[in-house]
Parts: sequence; structure tokens; C-alpha cells
Amino acid sequence: MIEPRLELTGITKQYPGVLANNNVNLKIMPGEIHALLGENGAGKSTLVKFIYGVQKADSGQIRWEGKHQEVSSPNVARKLGIGMVFQHFSLFDAMTVEENISVGIVPELAKGDLANRITEISRQYGLPLDPQRYVHTLSVGERQRIEVVRCLLQSPRLLIMDEPTSVLTPQEVRELFKTLRSLSEEGVSILYISHKLQEIIDLCHNATIMRMGEVVATCKPENETPRSMAEMMMGANLIAPERPDRRMPGPVRLTVNSLSVVSSNQHGVDLKDINFDVHAGEVLGVAGIAGNGQRELMDALSGEVPVDAEECVIIDDHKVGRSGPTDRRNAGMGFVPEERLGHGAVPEMSLWENAFLSGAQSMSLLDKGFIRTRESADYASNIVREFNVKTPGVENAANSLSGGNLQKFIFGREILQGPGVIVVLQPTWGVDAGSAAAIRQALIDLAGTGAAVLVISQDLEELFEVSDRIAVICEGVVSSPRAVSDITVDEIGLLMAGISEPSSSAREATYGH
Amino acid sequence: MIPDWLTPAIMTIITASTPLVFAAVGEIMVEKSGVLNLGVEGMMIMGAVAAFAIGVTTGSATLAILFGALAGLVLALIFGLLTLNLRANQVATGLALTLFGLGLSALIGHSFVGETFSGLPKLDIPFISKLPIIGPLVFGQDVLVYMSVASVFFAGWFLNKTRWGLVLRAVGENHDAAHAIGHPVNFVRMMAVLFGGSMAGLGGAYLSLAYTPLWVENMTAGRGWIALALVVFASWRPGRAIFGAYLFGGITILQLHVQGFGVAIAPQLMSMLPYLATIVVLVLISHDVNRFKLSAPACLGKTFHPSQ
Amino acid sequence: MAIRLEPRGEVSQGMIYGSPLVAVAATLVSGLVLFAILGVSPLDALFTFFISPVSSLDGWTELFVKATPLVLIAVGLSFGFQANVWNIGAEGQLTIGALAGGGLALLFFEAESVLLLPAMMIAGILGGMAWAAIPAFLKTKYNTNEILTSLMLVYVGLLVLSWLIHGPWKSPDGMNFPESRLFHDQATLPVFVSETRLHIGWLIALAVVLTSWIVMARHIIGFQVKVIGMAPMAARFAGFNENKVIWIALMISGGLAGFAGMIEVSGPIGKIQPMISPGYGFTAIIVAFLGRLHPVGVLFAGMLMALTYLGGDAAQIELNLPNAVTGVFQGMLLFYLLASDVLVKYQIRLGPSAPIVFKAGPSK
Repeated sequence: MIEPRLELTGITKQYPGVLANNNVNLKIMPGEIHALLGENGAGKSTLVKFIYGVQKADSGQIRWEGKHQEVSSPNVARKLGIGMVFQHFSLFDAMTVEENISVGIVPELAKGDLANRITEISRQYGLPLDPQRYVHTLSVGERQRIEVVRCLLQSPRLLIMDEPTSVLTPQEVRELFKTLRSLSEEGVSILYISHKLQEIIDLCHNATIMRMGEVVATCKPENETPRSMAEMMMGANLIAPERPDRRMPGPVRLTVNSLSVVSSNQHGVDLKDINFDVHAGEVLGVAGIAGNGQRELMDALSGEVPVDAEECVIIDDHKVGRSGPTDRRNAGMGFVPEERLGHGAVPEMSLWENAFLSGAQSMSLLDKGFIRTRESADYASNIVREFNVKTPGVENAANSLSGGNLQKFIFGREILQGPGVIVVLQPTWGVDAGSAAAIRQALIDLAGTGAAVLVISQDLEELFEVSDRIAVICEGVVSSPRAVSDITVDEIGLLMAGISEPSSSAREATYGH
Repeated sequence: MIPDWLTPAIMTIITASTPLVFAAVGEIMVEKSGVLNLGVEGMMIMGAVAAFAIGVTTGSATLAILFGALAGLVLALIFGLLTLNLRANQVATGLALTLFGLGLSALIGHSFVGETFSGLPKLDIPFISKLPIIGPLVFGQDVLVYMSVASVFFAGWFLNKTRWGLVLRAVGENHDAAHAIGHPVNFVRMMAVLFGGSMAGLGGAYLSLAYTPLWVENMTAGRGWIALALVVFASWRPGRAIFGAYLFGGITILQLHVQGFGVAIAPQLMSMLPYLATIVVLVLISHDVNRFKLSAPACLGKTFHPSQ
Repeated sequence: MAIRLEPRGEVSQGMIYGSPLVAVAATLVSGLVLFAILGVSPLDALFTFFISPVSSLDGWTELFVKATPLVLIAVGLSFGFQANVWNIGAEGQLTIGALAGGGLALLFFEAESVLLLPAMMIAGILGGMAWAAIPAFLKTKYNTNEILTSLMLVYVGLLVLSWLIHGPWKSPDGMNFPESRLFHDQATLPVFVSETRLHIGWLIALAVVLTSWIVMARHIIGFQVKVIGMAPMAARFAGFNENKVIWIALMISGGLAGFAGMIEVSGPIGKIQPMISPGYGFTAIIVAFLGRLHPVGVLFAGMLMALTYLGGDAAQIELNLPNAVTGVFQGMLLFYLLASDVLVKYQIRLGPSAPIVFKAGPSK
């Protein structure tokens, strides 16, 4: 009988207020590609940290190739033959590729001619890399290659990949899957963490599905449909947002005109000649891989980084390109940034103070420089009530709310100010399914009242759900928007990869199976 | 002809610069690991008083130097425990270190006011040390001067050529990533902080043993802060730090000697020079935001919270 | 079994106010040890240090005299520290404020006008602001670290003072001592408790505390300062101008430090002399932290810190201890405060995590 390469039994971990893992069991055979599936916050990442020795479980057992094993640190894990590619790369911007790899492997391996071995491995697995380049000059895809090569150098017997495809184009995903399949054929086990269902069906032999810290199901993905796995993952039938019948779009409310921005950040992306309109009653989605100028676009639209010419951004008839956020809010704009804690809200401040943060002007919460506390609290209570935010009261600090509840609060705060235009970035990132559905519905409803809604997101499923038209941002260039009914996932994939005119050769490389 | 005053002038510049070299190189190591220790002034003054007290009591220069380093190290340990283990704010803790060091050194030094120390013996190789200019400059210094120069080479080698140096830079660049791949972030930082503390202590010891071999309250007179500015000036590179330190040493000596040359400027105005020069240098270095960000360790001054 | 820090779900309100008390208690205990090492009876020393200075009305008025500059400066610094603006050059701003205010007194030496004193106050405030404007300008314009620039300017300010009293401002009838002439009555702060040195500066300090409290709690400026300090990105999101807040923070702290300097020379000192402040500008940093960056907290912390000055004097006279004991106490107090602050955000646990109590939804 073949021993499992890795077997977890009864893993339990309690964090203050959250039972992150409850009696989790997991078994991976040699050469198996095993999916660990679950929503954000289901406990996947926590579980992996025990396997890789980053954290210690409260109780439970890890068996490695049949033997009981304490994995007390990543060094121990690496010595056993466990490699990990992190979702948030563990890379060092100011260091070279070679240094990055050297610092992340066991010292014995780092000796000698490391650069040559890097080149060799990267050629062997089709992952081209220049060892002398500095990481901050590399694209996101190239950075992931560093992580993969770092693992492969150590000839791993178990490779853990945490959400590896969230930063890749559909075409890059195909390349990665090729590499993973050939590793599996060599006998390497792969633990593949994702919440993307089609990928799992395409790639994985077995799947373990987690919800709220527990294993709720195991299955063979080839026998499942995305829908059936989604139901296991969320524990309820999916609620698709309701949308009214499409109407004729109203007048233009947001115009972006020849918007070009040179990023002030060394590692940032420049925006190049961006043009689009958003009409009243319309949701425009902007798709794209992380790090292609989404943040810079958000900053330019919100006014956090004003641009050079007034007419670059026009809200209803107000030219606001050179104005800051306050003037744009006064012109009827609302925005929700990506980061909830620290950007959209002040973590340590109460909900009413956070309501005041962006509502001071439009809700008349300021009186001769003094804060009208009672009115601010009333406004916050309104948000809590109308958007079903779960909190004991508006005196509670923003960081006491769960991600989904805080995001609902922030959306409520912007929407109740009755914006004519709203721009949101990654609206449901890391939010539970219920809150995500509520937020998407709120955006569609807001458009229904005649507002222009711009949603910038990396989640294609989300964009297809809420948008009327979709554009794609790639390396700071935004493609011209097209109606959802006229564009396919394949075409968006090509645009995301920066191939604007689908040629015959590019067509062969379309996403699919 | 070589003017007579040249060799002694360069000798005094070296003397004035050596404390800065120690403190700046130590702080570079600390900051490279991502920790901002603003307590250099406090660690230096404790090094100065400890070295002087031991030197005067025992008469041993070796013991004096050791205790100077040790005093800096003990203060750095307090800083490390507070900021790394108890996660206290680094800026506030560094300030506390300086205030505490100034107070405690005055208390300890109280009974040593008026005493003098014989000074550090200088290397004296027959004949060679008598060579013109390079004789005294290269072969006629005291042990701490040689140590300070060696520390620059050591720091450069350690940071760029060793695995532990690589790990230290990684920890300062991105502590979450370093933690995720299994490096002991706080341990590395503590070692760097302790090294920085002993170096600051040595800098202080040099002040009270060699520069002005007596004890005066507040005798560091802001040198710890200037060392902090030198770290920025040097873009966190030890080689540039020694250059900066000698430049500042030169300015310090210049202002002393200008008066000697009979220039009619109030001595107080001349004494402002090193401080004003520090400000000017800081402005020049930091006004290019991008270059500044690229050379500064990315996690500098940030408290590390092991992720959940 | 290891000691571990576990984040509290929320900041402990009790510990916010409790930790300064813990710190004071720990400092007193360490003080006992310190006095024992110094060879004096610890309890006697503690009594001399902390009780005897305030065992009379005269003692209390002296306490308020010493607390006045500390409270004024620390209230100003609190604004900056909350906004992550680290002005540590208050000692220099105090000095320049003293020179500006005192300079006016020397310039209009014979003036009989009642306007002289208010003019000196304004000059003192403007002097401190001007000195703080340098780091503000360099930080907002050239991204230069304000910690180092403001600190360098302390040394420069002290040298300006030294130059003036050794040269242009030296008293013509002062036996060649490096100090200015004694100010006339018109340039001296009125005393409001007769037979003591307690001047109206203390009342002004109390008014400043009250005003700052209102501004911090209810005014948009206070709100902006707090948001910038806690979450700079959120401040950008809200449309707050960071450079403006840096300027405001440095102008408030510089102005109040300059005012404190003017009060010192026009109140208890009455002339310009080589040492205007025994380090009030640095001690005020401790006062600000000890007072939790809250104006009312600062008021009490300032009084406590003033007591350490009086205690140091008393210990010097009665126990023949060096005055530097004061500095050691102040430094220790700040250490203990920073150490006990860990209790505000974390709880200390021994051994493994707490048993499982309840199930909750997904973490973030």
C-alpha cells in the first residue's frame, strides 16, 4: 500500500473570536493534485500555515509519508520537501532574483553557482527568469515565477500553491497548469488552493471543500459542475443579483478624456491616454490583472492624485481633473477604495466618525468647523439600518466589524449620500458571499436610480454579473468598452494579456480546454 | 613643502570623526534590519561615561573600551525588548533611550567630574610611524581608530557577502515575507540592535577616552543625532558613512581652527556649522522622494506583528 | 510554557488610563532600588523627592510654575504626535520664543505701555513658530525628516542664545556676566498668588488645555490630525491635505513652545540668561506620552513631571544627591509607560491559546 504523502488529522486552531480550523482532516497521495476549496475566510490559508510551519495548530496531527511529524518552522518544512508559493509573494523588491531565491532556500542549496541552476530550472520548466534583475523591475507574472523556481530548486515532494492564478491572464494560467501537470507526473504532490471552480475542475484530481473552518465535503472535481461545487462551498443555493431589464442608457455623467498619469510610485504603472464615458443608469466594468494601473486609475478618478488638466475628468458638467476628493464629492461623486481598513475607513475610529469621514460635506455634518456629533451618529445609524450592517452600535470601532459588514457600511456611507457617479475598486474582495451579493445588488440598484457606476475589479464573474459594458485595463491602457452581450471571456483574456487585436495566432491560444 | 599644520590637522579630523564612524556604522546595521533606533545619543553618552568611569577606576584602557561597548549594548537591549518584544513605538522608545541615557550618565558621571584619563596609547612602530604624514596617519593611531575603520569594512562585507547579511536585509525589506519563508525576524533585529548599541557605546567611549579624555555632562553634544543623519546621507552604505563622518569631522575641526586663524566671527556662530551642515545634507539627500525610498529599507520603523 | 502576546479584540479602555498608573508605580519601585544603590534610605528619599516638595502652599505654587511650560509644550506636541509629526525640537523653539519675547522687553526697555506684555507674548509665539517653520517647510517641500531637522535646530537655537548674551544683549551693568538686564515690571508676568512666584502663565496654560481639548474632540482640525496619524490613506480618501496638517501641527507645537519660553523669561526668570530651561522641551515629550496625548492627561502628567524637578532640587539640598536623578526618573517613567502600553492592545497569555469558547463566522 502506498503511504499518503501528507495526512492531517483533527487540526484545530482558535483565534480570538474565530474558530479558524475545526477538526480538519486532509490526505494527499504522491503525484496527486489536490484542491483545497473555500471562500475567503473559510480557513484554507490558516490550514496551509500549519503544513508549512509558519504557525502552530492548537491540536491535531501531521503525518508526512506515514510518519508523525512536527513542522515547527518553514525550515523544517523545506527540509521535508515541502515548497510553497504564496498568494502575497514573499519577495523583496530591492533585491535581485538570485538574492530572493537564495534567502528563501536552505543554506546548503544556496551555495555554489546558484545563478546557473536558476537559469537551468527555469528553462527546464518553461519559466524564463534573469537571476540578476531586481524584483521591482519585474511584472507580477515574472514575480510568481521566482516563487515557483525557488520551490523547484529544492526538488519538492509537495508543492503548495495559494491562489496562484489571481494575478495571471487566462493564457498564463494555461502555461502554469502545464508545469503543474508535468510535476505531478514526476510524482510531486500539489496542494492547490483556490476558489475558482473551473480551474479546479480542469486541473485537480481530488478536492477538499472548507466552509467556516470545517471540511464540509470532499469530491472528485471531474464529476462535478462549477455550480454543484459552489453550492458545497457556500452551503446555500447561489443568489444571482436581480437586475431590471436593460433600458436605454441616459446622458453621460462621467467622462474620462485623454487621461494620462505618470505614476509617482517607483513600482507603479503609468496611465496612458484613457478615454471612456459612463452613462446614467449604467454599470461599466473594468477588468484586468492586478497591478496594471487599477490603483492609479482609482487615484486619478477619486482625486487623491489630481491630474494635470481639468477636462481629463468631468462629472456631470463639472471639470474636476485638477481638484481633490472634496471638490469631486461636492460635484456628486462617491468612491470606495480597495482597502477597507486604513483607506476607506479609519480602523481605530468609531462608525460615526467614519461616517463623518466622507459625509462631512454632503450630509452637512460640519458646523463652522465643528463636528455635529449627533447628526453624524444619526447618519451612521441610518447606514447600519439600511444596509443591514451587523454591529452593536455606531460607537464601535470600524475594525471590530467583519470584512463583509465593514464593506457594507462603507458602501452604505457612499450610496446614502446620493452620488451621481460612483467609482469602486475591488468591491467584494475578501467579503463573504452574502455581503458580496448585497453589495452587487446595491450597485445595480444605484444605477437603477440614474447614477453612473464604474466597477474596477479583477473578478471576471463579478463583472459579468453587474456590468452593462466591460472594458479592460492592461499596462495603464483601457480598451474601449463593449456591451456584455458582445464580448466573451476569451476576448477579455486576450485584452488582459495586452493583445488588443485578436490575430489568428492569438486565437489559437484562447482560454479553454 | 608640506605645511607643518597639515598632519596634526588631519589627525584631529580623524579624532573628531571616529565617534561618528562607530555610531553611524552601527546604526546602518540596525536600520538595514528595519529598526529605527533614535536612541543613539543615549547609547553613546552611556558608552562615554561607562568607559571613562572604568578607565579612571581601573586604569585599564581595554576594560574601559569593553565597558563602553557593554553600556551601549545594555541600553540597546532595553530598546530591543521594548520595541521588538513588547512592540512599543520605535520613535518614542528611541527618544526615551536618549533622555534616560543623558540622565543616568549625568548621575554616574557626577563623581568623575574633574578627573582625567591618560588617553589611549597610539601605535608606535619604530621608524615607520615617524614617516612624514603617512607615518602618524596610517601607523600612529590608537586602537579604536583602527577598529572604526575595520568596522566599516566588516559591515560592508557582512551585509553584501554573507548569508546572514542577506537575511538581515531581507528582514528590513519585507518582514512579513521574511517571516513567511521562515527567518526569525525579531531575533535578527535584536542582534542588529545589540550590535548597533555596542558600536554607539564604542563611539561614546572614544569621546571620553581619546577625543577629550575627561567627563563632561552631555559631552556627546548631538553627535548621536548627527550619526543618524549620516546614515541617511550614506544611503545606508557603510563606505559612504565613513566618508560622511570624516566630512563632518572636518567641518567640526574647521570651525575650531577658523577662530585660531583670527577670523572675527563669534565662536557660537561657527559652532552652528556642523548642525546646519547636517540639515543641508538631509535636504539634499531626501528631496528626491523616489531615490530616497529606493535606498531606505522598506520596513524601516515599522513594528512587526507576526501574522495570524 | 512561553509568554505570548495576544491581540485584544478591541483596545482596552481601562488600560488606556490604567497603564500610566502602572508605569508610575513601577517607577516608584525602581526609585526605591535606585536610592538604595545611591546609599540613601529609600523611603526617606522617596518622601523627600515626591512628598515634601508639595507639603506646603508654597510648594504647590512652585509645582504650578514648573508645570506651566511643560503643559504648554506637551499640549502642542500632542497635536503633532497624533498626526505622526515628530517635532522633538521644542527646546529650540522655546529658546527662540524666549529670545523673541525677551528681546522685545530689552528693545523697549524703558517702555511704560501695558501693551508691552501682550506684544511680548505674541513675539514669543511667533518666534517659536518661526523656528518650527523650518522643519515644516523642509518636510513639506523637500521630504526631509523633521525629527533630525528640529533636533539640530535645538543646538543652533541654544548657540543663538549664547551668542546674544555673550555679545549684543549682555547687560551693561552686569559685571560681565553673560546675561541680559533684568526686565522692568511692565515686561514681567503678574503674579496672582501674592508672596509666591505663581504667575498668570499657569492660568493661560489651563485655558490652552481646555481649548485644545475642545479642538481635539470636536473640531475638524483635531479630526484631521487624528485621521492622518491613524490612517494616512484614509486622510487622502477624505480629501485632507497632509501638508496642511503638518504645518498646523508644527505651528501649534512651535507656537506653544515659544510661548512657554517667553513665559519663562518674563515670569520666574525675569531676564535672559544662559540656561532658560532645564530641558523642558525634551521632558515635555515624556509629558505628552504620559498624558496619552490628551490635553487633560497632559495637565496631570505635566504636574507629575514638575514634581520630579522639585524633587530633584529637594534631593540635592537635603540628601546631597546629584540633580541628574530627575532625568533618570523621567527616562524610567517613559520606559515603563511604553512597556505597560502593550497591555492596551494586547493581553499577556501563558502557554497555548485559550480553549475554544464559541464559533464565529469567517475571519476577515
